[in-house]
Order: sequence, then C-alpha cells, then structure tokens
Amino acid sequence: MSHEHVSNTGRIWKVFGILSAVTIIEVYLGILKPDFLHMNSFLSMNLLNWIFYALTIFKAYYIVWAFMHMEGEKSTLRSAVVFPVIFLILYLLFILLTEGNYIYEVFKNSTIKWNF
Amino acid sequence: MEATVTTANSEEKTWGGGNEPMGASYGKLMMWFFIVSDALTFSGFLAAYGFSRFKFIETWPLADEVFTHFPFMHGVSAPMYYVALMTFILIFSSVTMVLAVDAGHQMKKNKVVIYMFLTIIGGLIFVGSQAWEWKNFIKGEYGAIETKGGSLLQFVDKEGHRVALADFAATLPEEREQLTRNKGKWFMNESSLPSYSVAEVQAGFKAHPDLLIRTEVITKEKHKTILSREESELRLSQASYVVEGANLTRNEYGSKLFADFFFFITGFHGFHVFSGVIINIIIFFNVLIGTYEKRKSYEMVEKVGLYWHFVDLVWVFVFTVFYLV
Repeated sequence: MSHEHVSNTGRIWKVFGILSAVTIIEVYLGILKPDFLHMNSFLSMNLLNWIFYALTIFKAYYIVWAFMHMEGEKSTLRSAVVFPVIFLILYLLFILLTEGNYIYEVFKNSTIKWNF
Repeated sequence: MEATVTTANSEEKTWGGGNEPMGASYGKLMMWFFIVSDALTFSGFLAAYGFSRFKFIETWPLADEVFTHFPFMHGVSAPMYYVALMTFILIFSSVTMVLAVDAGHQMKKNKVVIYMFLTIIGGLIFVGSQAWEWKNFIKGEYGAIETKGGSLLQFVDKEGHRVALADFAATLPEEREQLTRNKGKWFMNESSLPSYSVAEVQAGFKAHPDLLIRTEVITKEKHKTILSREESELRLSQASYVVEGANLTRNEYGSKLFADFFFFITGFHGFHVFSGVIINIIIFFNVLIGTYEKRKSYEMVEKVGLYWHFVDLVWVFVFTVFYLV
C-alpha cells in the first residue's frame, strides 16, 4: 500500500488509553448522575446527556481516525465517507425527534391517549 | 491477484489517487461504502428509538433500574458496571485488531496470527456477555402488573425499594390451564402463563399494607412516581395482566417499545459482532496457511479490521443511547 510501513503501536496504545479513560468517565457520571448536570438543561436536553453525547462523538472520532486509520487516507475519501453520514444522520434525527415530540404533545394535550 | 490487491501505482491523477480512486484499493473502498450504508442503517434504528422515546418521554424506563446485574453478584444492584466491562472487552479487541493490521503492514505473520486470535476471543466473550445480558433481561427480576389501559405498575416498599411479586403474592386455590394447540378448538394456543394470577397479586397486595405502587411516570426529580396506599389500591383494581420478564409484546420494565428496541438494536449489533467473528476466523485461517504471505500483502486483514472497528463504533453509540442517556 501507499502508506509508509512504520509501526504505529505507540499511538494505538495511546488511543486505547484515551478511549478507556473516556469510558470510565462516562460510567462514573452515569452512576453518580451529579444533580447540577442532571437537573439543568440546555436546549431541552440536560447537561449530563450533552456530555455523554459529546464524549461519544469524541470516542467515535478516535475509533475512525486512529483505529480505522482514516487519518492516513486521502482527503477525498475522508470527505466521501464522513460528510454524507453526518449530514444524513443530522437530518434523520431532526425529522424523527421533532415528530416524536409532536406526537408526545398530541397524547398529552388532546383526547387521544394511546393509539399505536 | 490483481483483483484483490492493486500494486501498480501510477502517479496520474484520477480523482487525486492515480489509478486507484481516492487512493484506496477496490476492496477497501467498497468496505468503506458498505460501512457508510450500515452506519446509516444503525442510525435509522437509533433515531427510531429516539422517536419512540420522545413520544413516551414521561414514562420511558430508566436504564439504570433495568440493567443492574453483574455475574456472581446475585441480588446486588450494580448498574452500568457489566455493560462498561463489555465496552472494554470490545474496545480491547479493537486494539488487538489494529495491532494485527499494524503487524501485517510489516509482514510479520506470527504477530498477525496472535493478534487476530486475541481479537476473535474478545469478540466471542462479547457475544457471550450479550447473551447473558439478554438472559437477565428476558427473565426479569421483580415482575409487574399491566392495567386495562396498558400502563405498567411496579411494587415498592415504604423506602421505595422494589419488591418482587414472589415476595408477596398470595396463593389462591385456583387453577387455570394453559391453552395449548392440542386442546384448542381451532389452531389456538397461548404463551406460558405467569406464575401468579392477577387475583393472587391483588390478594397479596391487600395482605401487605406496607406495599405501594410505582407507576411509569417520571417526576421532576427524575424518579418514577410512587403512589399513596389509597391510590395504589385504586390502580391495582384495574389490573388485567401479570407481566414477568420481557418479550416482544410486554415487559416488566415499562414501555412496551423499550424491550422491542432493546432486542432489535442490540440483537442486530450482536449479529454484526457474530458475523465479524466468523469473518475474522476465516481470515485467521488464511493468515495461518500463508495466503497473504504469498500475496505479499496483508490488506485483507486491514479490510476485516475496518469492519471490526465499525462494530466497535456502533457499540459506542448503542452504549450511550441505551445505557447512559
């Protein structure tokens, strides 16, 4: 392959350390659920969940970039893979979560209580 | 051989990658595009989970009350620890996979063999752990009551600790036979009957005045609502079904959709892990018999590596969505 064949083991173990540390933080927060994070919300999601999602994306970045070696690929391949996924997922989430919330309001405020 | 590994690298710019579009061989490029489509499939599932959860945002089960088991620690409530362990196992098997790819770049066959073997072991442990998790989920721990309106009632003591049906349900001299296919008038049967009838649970509840009912509704303090004794008795009089454990129709944890999504998403992910293990085993034997040594390229290890890391990537999201948030 076109990559230079140098050993990357140092970086691999470093990334493993990062991923493990982040997972430990997540579990720690998930068990403790500190009130100042759990009870305060920003943009209708509580701060704890924001942290969880941020850490998840952080982990995903390291898995894709270091383990799947995206950092060594051509920028065209990187864009071809990453941008469609990000765009389509954001679109999907926007549509479904908005609609889910709408149905919640219907159940809550109208006479329909349970239909599907 | 040219079909599997492209070795001739011209410097002409076709999409900036010579005769390999985007600088990746055919197989690797197709693996990436497969991963893109699979990622979108999983996003669809997780977004659908989000949709249903938003729909029932006030009554959705709290994950740390559902997944509380840890091997060899019976009766101890250990939320999250087990799934954290599973996450570590999967991340670690991802590490051994990437070490195998790294060793492959340097054409070190023996190292590739060892690391691939460790990866397969890690994958098997993960699938086994998931099976154990499913077993606990299906079996359930406390049991619950479904009302005529379809909502779920759980039982707690004065301190708010959960109480299992087995601890208070009365034994009444009533017997109901399960309808099986050979006794039905038509092609009819029913799933196995719960251990207690509704009447037995109601009688048991009456005999234990310190018991209270917990509903699905989440309070401002983000706990489930506990009713007073009078309200509890009123709600229990509307009981229609005893729920024990989980299946695709009902589950004792709360919203019916919760178990459906749990089975479907973790099941689909588990199936990916399983097929990943199978593919890894095939490649492992190819490495052993020296296929890639002859081919002078371990790119195939890299390609299955991509798939394996993708499985890990999906788990990172499933972990967050199902267990943390």
